[in-house]
Amino acid sequence: MNILNLISEIERVDPEVYERLDQRRQMFRHFAGFGKKLAVAAVPLAMGSMLQKAYGKPKSTGLSEQIVYVLNFALGLEYLEYYFYQMGLDAPGLLTGSARESVTIIRNDERNHVDFLRSVLGSAAIPDPGARAFDYTGSKGGKRPALFPDVFTNAGTYFAVAQAFEDTGVRAYKGGAPLLISNNTILEAALGIHSVEARHASHIRTMRRGGPQGLPGPLTSNPKSWISGDDNGGPAPMYTAPVYGPGMPAETYPSEANVTQAGVNLVTAFGVTMAEASEAFDEPLDPDTVLAIAGNFIK
Amino acid sequence: MTELFNESSAAALPEGNASTPLKRRSFLRFTGAGVVLTGLVLAGCDDNQLDKELSEAASSDSKDDNNRVVNVGSGDFGILNFAYALEQLEAAFYAEVLRGGYFASASPAEKSVFKDIEAHERIHREFLKAGIAANGGTPIEDLEPDFSSVNFGSRTSVLATAKAFEDLGVAAYNGAGPLISNPVYLGLAGKIVSVEARHAALIRDLIQYNTFVTPDIVDPSTSVERSLRPSQVASMANKYLKPGSKINVSKLPRE
Repeated sequence: MNILNLISEIERVDPEVYERLDQRRQMFRHFAGFGKKLAVAAVPLAMGSMLQKAYGKPKSTGLSEQIVYVLNFALGLEYLEYYFYQMGLDAPGLLTGSARESVTIIRNDERNHVDFLRSVLGSAAIPDPGARAFDYTGSKGGKRPALFPDVFTNAGTYFAVAQAFEDTGVRAYKGGAPLLISNNTILEAALGIHSVEARHASHIRTMRRGGPQGLPGPLTSNPKSWISGDDNGGPAPMYTAPVYGPGMPAETYPSEANVTQAGVNLVTAFGVTMAEASEAFDEPLDPDTVLAIAGNFIK
Repeated sequence: MTELFNESSAAALPEGNASTPLKRRSFLRFTGAGVVLTGLVLAGCDDNQLDKELSEAASSDSKDDNNRVVNVGSGDFGILNFAYALEQLEAAFYAEVLRGGYFASASPAEKSVFKDIEAHERIHREFLKAGIAANGGTPIEDLEPDFSSVNFGSRTSVLATAKAFEDLGVAAYNGAGPLISNPVYLGLAGKIVSVEARHAALIRDLIQYNTFVTPDIVDPSTSVERSLRPSQVASMANKYLKPGSKINVSKLPRE
């Protein structure tokens, strides 16, 4: 008898046979090593989700409550983005030429994301709140002084706010993805939206420094296409700093200036600059912090 | 048979002895019974080590052997090694760009872009290598790239290759993400993939403005970016790897 052939055969049919042969060590790996802090936060939720999937009461969609929550959270952000771009295109004289083309492309993507998430969520989808639910000046419908009074009359302000939305979106999807780990199909779709948001963020940043041949300068006004450090608080630091700052808890959701990944300080380990180390990784953000940022634009 | 699984049998193997691997691989390849026994002992102590041994046993000792392949392994460490292979390729490409004729005469903005991207990819490569080892996995060897199809003196050639690598990287991470079982590793992959997407968008805008998302990479009806399975990615990446250094992903999880 050739035992090796037998193992190879089992492995061919079941590539993960070795993992299952040693469950205990595999579980240990999940909780030890690489990014212990992230594990502490993400694993119980992921485990909860797996249990829900196995034993929980499915909604009419067949999705677990956790997945419904994460997807609805994403849907809320997509509504916020979609109406922002649509209202920008509707604002007289705000967007012309190639800028108008850029925003049209992004608006179409956000509309598609809304429709796609609604189709996945089915009857569990939060209803479309409509444009009137949002106040992109940040005055909460006149209840407080506007944060961005000229958002629909000044293209500079408009793209500053757009950058903040896109970078927030990237961080929000990144924070949500590990909570979808129990459903590969939905996780894959969420990752596919996440990278599109990152492409949008990159493009808007490129626009803000005057196009791809524009040299990066002050990070707040002429940013790179990636986030460098915490971008000095982003396009309007008094209001946009939370977009680039730490979430809650900060150990799990560090600011974009973070240079330590999985316990490895990239600067000291690899002899790179603080800027390079922070740029090479984007950071996730927790739902509460994302809501606090987005809440500025909801009446 | 029970003795095969105890500590002393495993300890008796020439584990970690740098002077013996060649001899041991020959042993594995040419001694059927030896393969059986060693394989079982290794299965009992470390699955990744077994993967390494099996892939080495199935391939040659020398990079000069064109049929030799580098198997990235199985499970989460296999996925991380797969990512490490791609980051090696990207880092090597941008290092070559910085040494080439196009870069020497590039615009200041393009110089700044390529310097940044080279640093990011180098960091990704080093981080994955260190992270795999620190968690008990075995990083794959240094791969030998083959960039003979790229003209490093030509802006068009460099940008087209950069676009191919960045789009491929995003699709690879998007496709491999759901195959990861550990949420921590998934989170780390997520931190890298959005930076790759930022690169991809800018490289595309450098080639033709406002092509940062196009229907060839994003489903036009849902605006969800495509993902590629590791086997699809490997066949594309292998075009840029020398014979003897090509990656094999046959043991990775499939869904």
